[in-house]
Amino acid sequence: MNNNFETVIGLEVHAELNTKTKIFCSCENRFGAEVNSLCCPVCMGYPGTLPVLNQQVVESAVKMGHALNCTINGVTKQDRKNYFYPDLPKAYQISQFDVPLCENGYLDILVGDETKRIGVTRIHIEEDAGKLIHDDSFDGTLCDYNRCGVPLIEIVSEPDLRSAEEAKAYLETITTILLYLGISDAKMQEGSVRCDVNVSVRPHGATEFGTRCEMKNVNSFGAVYRAILYEAERQMEVIAAGGTIRQETRRWDDAKNKSILMRSKEDAQDYRYFPDPDLLTFIVSDEKISALKASLPELPTEKTLRYVKDYNMQKVDAQLLSVSKARADFFDSAVELGGCEPKTVANWLLGDIARILNDRRIELSDTALTPQHLVEMIQMIDKGTISNTAAKTVLEEMMATDKAPQQIVEEKGLAQINDSSALVAIVEKVLADNPKAVEDYKSGKTNVAGFLVGQCMKASRGQGNPATLRDMVLAAIEKL
Amino acid sequence: MKKLYEHSATELAAMLRAKEVSAVEITKATLGRMEEVESKVDAFLTVTAEQALQQAQQVDETIAAGKPLAPLAGIPVAIKDNICTKGVRSTCASRMLENFVPHYNATVMEKLAAQGAVLPGKLNMDEFAMGGSCENSYFKPTKNPWDTTRVPGGSSGGSAASVASCEVPLALGSDTGGSIRCPASFCGIVGLKPTYGAVSRYGLVAFASSLDQIGPFGRTVDDVALLYRAICGRDPKDATSREAALGEIEAKVKGLRLGVPKEYFGDGISAEVKTAVYGAIETLKGLGADVVEISLPSTDYALAAYYIISSAEASSNLARYDGVKYGFSGRRDGTLNDLYLSTRSEGFGAEVKRRIMLGTHVLSSGYYDAYYKRAKLLQNVIAKEFTDAFASCDLIVTPVNPTTAFKLGEKVSDPVQMYATDICTVTVNIAGLPGLSLPCGMGEGGLPIGMQLIGPKFSEARLLSVAKSYETAVGGFAVKEM
Repeated sequence: MNNNFETVIGLEVHAELNTKTKIFCSCENRFGAEVNSLCCPVCMGYPGTLPVLNQQVVESAVKMGHALNCTINGVTKQDRKNYFYPDLPKAYQISQFDVPLCENGYLDILVGDETKRIGVTRIHIEEDAGKLIHDDSFDGTLCDYNRCGVPLIEIVSEPDLRSAEEAKAYLETITTILLYLGISDAKMQEGSVRCDVNVSVRPHGATEFGTRCEMKNVNSFGAVYRAILYEAERQMEVIAAGGTIRQETRRWDDAKNKSILMRSKEDAQDYRYFPDPDLLTFIVSDEKISALKASLPELPTEKTLRYVKDYNMQKVDAQLLSVSKARADFFDSAVELGGCEPKTVANWLLGDIARILNDRRIELSDTALTPQHLVEMIQMIDKGTISNTAAKTVLEEMMATDKAPQQIVEEKGLAQINDSSALVAIVEKVLADNPKAVEDYKSGKTNVAGFLVGQCMKASRGQGNPATLRDMVLAAIEKL
Repeated sequence: MKKLYEHSATELAAMLRAKEVSAVEITKATLGRMEEVESKVDAFLTVTAEQALQQAQQVDETIAAGKPLAPLAGIPVAIKDNICTKGVRSTCASRMLENFVPHYNATVMEKLAAQGAVLPGKLNMDEFAMGGSCENSYFKPTKNPWDTTRVPGGSSGGSAASVASCEVPLALGSDTGGSIRCPASFCGIVGLKPTYGAVSRYGLVAFASSLDQIGPFGRTVDDVALLYRAICGRDPKDATSREAALGEIEAKVKGLRLGVPKEYFGDGISAEVKTAVYGAIETLKGLGADVVEISLPSTDYALAAYYIISSAEASSNLARYDGVKYGFSGRRDGTLNDLYLSTRSEGFGAEVKRRIMLGTHVLSSGYYDAYYKRAKLLQNVIAKEFTDAFASCDLIVTPVNPTTAFKLGEKVSDPVQMYATDICTVTVNIAGLPGLSLPCGMGEGGLPIGMQLIGPKFSEARLLSVAKSYETAVGGFAVKEM
């Protein structure tokens, strides 16, 4: 990477809304149905049919506008974007051109420990196109029109992002907010969130932007990251070789890890936007706009700040909790149950639980773990009923079955032994088996105490109270 | 004694209720008359005799069961071929849709079916409703029943000719810039272009969405009212439709202020048309109307604004005919572009292609502001002039066409001259107003002349009541013997 240059990035994020029906007809809006089973004359663009706007789409888009701190245009319209392609049955896409529903917003993202504010130029509503299927077994192209008329919002950022990390954080925050608002399934792997990435480079300190290239078809968080690194590098190489960047549209091929030229600016299509005469100006009343704002749930940024303030949490931890709606909801429920420290709940969620989920590549919702059981387990640790070590075994079991921790402890005999008389034999055996460690301790290497306590814990199958064992080990060595 | 096919829809409805005639007899009379004169007028593209008889049979069963009848039950209503009819091909008189059979009904068809109206067939038109003579049909030109060497007007030429020749009592057409009023006038019958939004456009194959309206043709004012009443009203499937209803029509003129705009009686209008329209105004004056001279100064720009707006919308509306899903499909052995090019080059006729090119041009980057945007501004100016005019008058009287029906082939080679025939009608669409065409005399060669009544939005009742007064005063409108 050339350090003399900085990368400038803007993202256009398309998110499919999870409304019950499509944007302009009453067809069901659902992913994964049999091909061409969710379409009608309207979304197939048959002659004489007319679109009627689904109000739910407007409400979802306005919610997103509020979440991204936008101005909501109460009076707006829809425009036709004209181009020919077999996945677009009317040969125009109904979108919004000069008056988007939402504009001039921003989004705060956390990169490392730094908060950065990214401008949001606009959010507009539009219809999705169908899907072309290219199959090697068939000489031709097949069209699936199920996706035609699926409602989309397009969220356009300002060119405020400066690295692949920032772009990834921005995209992750956008998808988190979509999930918090419940307006999109936000699954990049199913294509319900898609991304076009605009990249340019310029020497550090320059005030003018460089010429940008747009990359289409960037369809995972990882791909966004890789595409930006690739494209920035490509542009810097061109410049370093004395060339100039031409404005062009490129297609990102994630498998080959490179972008391919689609068309240059000279070949840019003229979409001949004009107001759709089938859809009149539409109005969202001030009352409705305010009501939608009031209906917003607590969003990730607000949650993060609340966790830091109310629970004295590290910002990074608070952020890690809020970035996943499932995790934040779990945390909030556990804290509401009470009887344990919120920070302890957070530590379990971000520590052992996260590790297990990550190792097994599953989601929290895929496990049997409930907030109630986690809280009960923490309480057992706090009371000294089980050790931290035993708790890990209990946790594994709670995630696999719906058994309460109490039951697991009883069944597995994991209760902590606090009675020193029951531990004397273990301590004596460990000291006898580890004369070298005992010698080391005596000669001043006091940190081997930890090793000896660990051996005792192991010998007690995790049941011994570590604090008690430590006291016993130290006392026993003194006596030797 | 009148033949059955000569009766108006209103008369037929009464006869049906009085059990003087059955619905099947009415339909048979219609089909028989079609057989008799169709070869001379060429109004129909598709005849649905079997279906029509079945529908009539059902009405007779309803009557036999003593159940109540809807106003249009058993009345044959022929339909312009740009209105989608479930299971019956709807071609728009284009090669592009020659074999297109919709699997859905236009909302107006649902309304007619609910009333038990009978569909005898689909009517010829200018391709995709683009034209003023019915000569732009891919299939055949329709002839004027008054002189079969002349055009019936367009684009709803088949609708007007079928009603004027007594093939059917009623027909539906559509009007984007005069396509109901022009042929009604050329064929000597009554035609109503409703207020924009009064009738659902769902299922009307779009030409220019912001201007298109479906409307009725009949030989009497009452018949036109009967059909309009059946089809008007808001439709949840058409976001541009509005609440609309029509009560009983009373002949009423006294005290009404008739606005006569001088711009509509200029040099371009033939002397015989002016004379006939002025004569009708005198008749209305005699019935108690007050005449006010008014001015609509931007009329001269209306034609340009109309052709820009309508072509722009058409270029987008007709883009869907790409040969992929339905309709004519060109070369499938080449590239995608080959398919598009051949489909659209061979599937569309010359006039349609001319408008698509014009519309594409005026929406293009760099030309949008100069053409489309200015035309939309002009639209506002023209609409405002009408609004202002209606402060000093209750309705406006103008000619419909500059001349009577012209000869077949006379204007086909000169599109600009053809466009100029729309001079008196396009403003009404641009302003979204209702316009009614009714006969007001005969010109040289016994060709009908029409006058146009224009009212404020949703004043259809007023237009129809003035038309009915006039109709009564002149003792009804002449019907051509064929």
